[in-house]
Amino acid sequence: MTTPVAAQSIPEPASLRERGTLGKVLDTVRRVPIIPLVILLVLLVIPAIFADVIAPHDPVRVSLTNRLAPPVWLEGGSTEYLLGTDRQGFDILSRIIHGARISLAISLLAIGLGGGVGTVLGLLAAYRGGWVDTVIMRIVDIKLAFPSILLALVLVAVMGPGFQTVVLVIALLLWARFARMVRGEALSIKEQDFIARAQVAGASPLRIMARHIFPNVFNTVVVLATLEIGHVIILESTLSFLGAGLVKPTPAWGLMVADGRTLIVTAWWLFFFPTMAIVLTVLAMNLLGDWLRDRLDPKLRNV
Amino acid sequence: MQRYIFLRIIQAILALLVISAIVFALARVTGDPVAILLPEDASPKVVEQVRAKWGLDQPIYVQYARYIGNFVQGDFGQAWAYGGVPISELIIRRLPNTIYLASFAWVVSAAIALPIGVLVAVKKDSPFDWAGKVVALLGQSAPSFAIGLLLMWVFAVILGWLPTSGNDAGFKSVLLPGMALGYYNVAAVMRLTRSSMLEVLDTEYVKLARIKGMPERKVIWKHCFRNALIVPFTYMGLIGAVLLTGSVVIETVFVWPGLGDLAIDAIRNRDFPVIQSVVILFATFYIFINLFVDVAYAYLNPRIRYN
Repeated sequence: MTTPVAAQSIPEPASLRERGTLGKVLDTVRRVPIIPLVILLVLLVIPAIFADVIAPHDPVRVSLTNRLAPPVWLEGGSTEYLLGTDRQGFDILSRIIHGARISLAISLLAIGLGGGVGTVLGLLAAYRGGWVDTVIMRIVDIKLAFPSILLALVLVAVMGPGFQTVVLVIALLLWARFARMVRGEALSIKEQDFIARAQVAGASPLRIMARHIFPNVFNTVVVLATLEIGHVIILESTLSFLGAGLVKPTPAWGLMVADGRTLIVTAWWLFFFPTMAIVLTVLAMNLLGDWLRDRLDPKLRNV
Repeated sequence: MQRYIFLRIIQAILALLVISAIVFALARVTGDPVAILLPEDASPKVVEQVRAKWGLDQPIYVQYARYIGNFVQGDFGQAWAYGGVPISELIIRRLPNTIYLASFAWVVSAAIALPIGVLVAVKKDSPFDWAGKVVALLGQSAPSFAIGLLLMWVFAVILGWLPTSGNDAGFKSVLLPGMALGYYNVAAVMRLTRSSMLEVLDTEYVKLARIKGMPERKVIWKHCFRNALIVPFTYMGLIGAVLLTGSVVIETVFVWPGLGDLAIDAIRNRDFPVIQSVVILFATFYIFINLFVDVAYAYLNPRIRYN
């Protein structure tokens, strides 16, 4: 049996070729953004979960004899305090590790709350239409016209700084984008046949929103939530840095930076390590978010 | 067009009224301002006098109306802290510093971002392009205080070229805060210029200009750049608003005596008249710059005149 010449000369596309296990692993590595994932695991997730186990010291134990010890590689540094200590003798490394827990907790809570409320309002606005839609979207417009950092500062001034305030304030800053995005998506889904059929079959509005529209906007919500985590970490650390977020001696990255700012000339390690923790975490989160967006929801590209 | 402008102005004023009402109400829900102003054991008579003096004995909507009336005339009331000086005095003293810083940052970001945006578009997929992407990504990922502190550390502490903070070293002292404030926008404007340039580079008239044998430099600057400018230019307008509010953070980092610094100070002292005035003033700038940009954009690009 002879094979036609043309068929022989055309190489098979790589994706169709038989691949061994190794090939599959390599494929996955290429498709998954491995470096950002590793950075995130090392800087954020693992420290957040295992902070109590891996932190070498208590992050809030004052130790006045070890104040302002430099990092281990500088003269006067010791292996006990790898990244040095601050003014109160707190171990910087331990505080960064515990700070990851704070950052992650605030991000998850604030995005859960803001994203949840925004999604519900977006669904409601799209499905109900009419005055409900008008009212919700006007509020969204006003929220988006207000410079966020100022709104946050006013709210913190009113509620007083602290963990709950920060979560609430950030949630308040976030919901509008979710509402607007979900509404836009839901509007086009609402017009499709299966929604009309569900209505004819007697499904309640709540059921239609929750079981028929929501699953179709879920990807969008997940992508937006991921993209917002970096934003939330920036907001939280900025508020703490300004003295309008978390309060001392909570091991929050922004607070550590604020504390180190005044000693930037004599003890650079105080501001430098927490700053890098923030920058690298947000960078990795943004890369991951971009990747997720391209995979799940390319429509969001210009958001 | 006139209708569009008119509607946008009405919209802006409404937004401003709502925002100022929210801020005003928020400042009141924290409790009786008199409790903050006076010691706990103040006699009821003194409390009454203070109430009357600050107009706090009136219903809240009267207080609000009076406040807005005065605000429009440039009378922002008196600060609780700072020995009760008129807030307008505090603002007039600090506003020029903030405007100076913000305009410097604006010029810096335009001067850096536009040419680099063009360069990375022309040299697409070259090392320049990649470097540009890294700069843009960093701009998205680093909070402005981080950029500010890193710049301060390198140029003021390690190299010792520039002062670490304050504004008493003339032009030298605005360089670091200005760059830190402008950085985020450099990234954004650069990206916009790049994509907008790429679009124009792909058009028929640019191809024609090249076929005619026009020198490449002329093609890029005369034919492409001018047409690609609309989008980044509108954005540069919006940035004016972003820079003003962004100065809150940068002024704190560099101890720059501007409005943002005043706002943070007031928040630490819970000085609500000052917080209220500064925030409403910032919101006014923000909304009116946005309004101006929208109108300018509608003028430049007739396709978006909806409504």
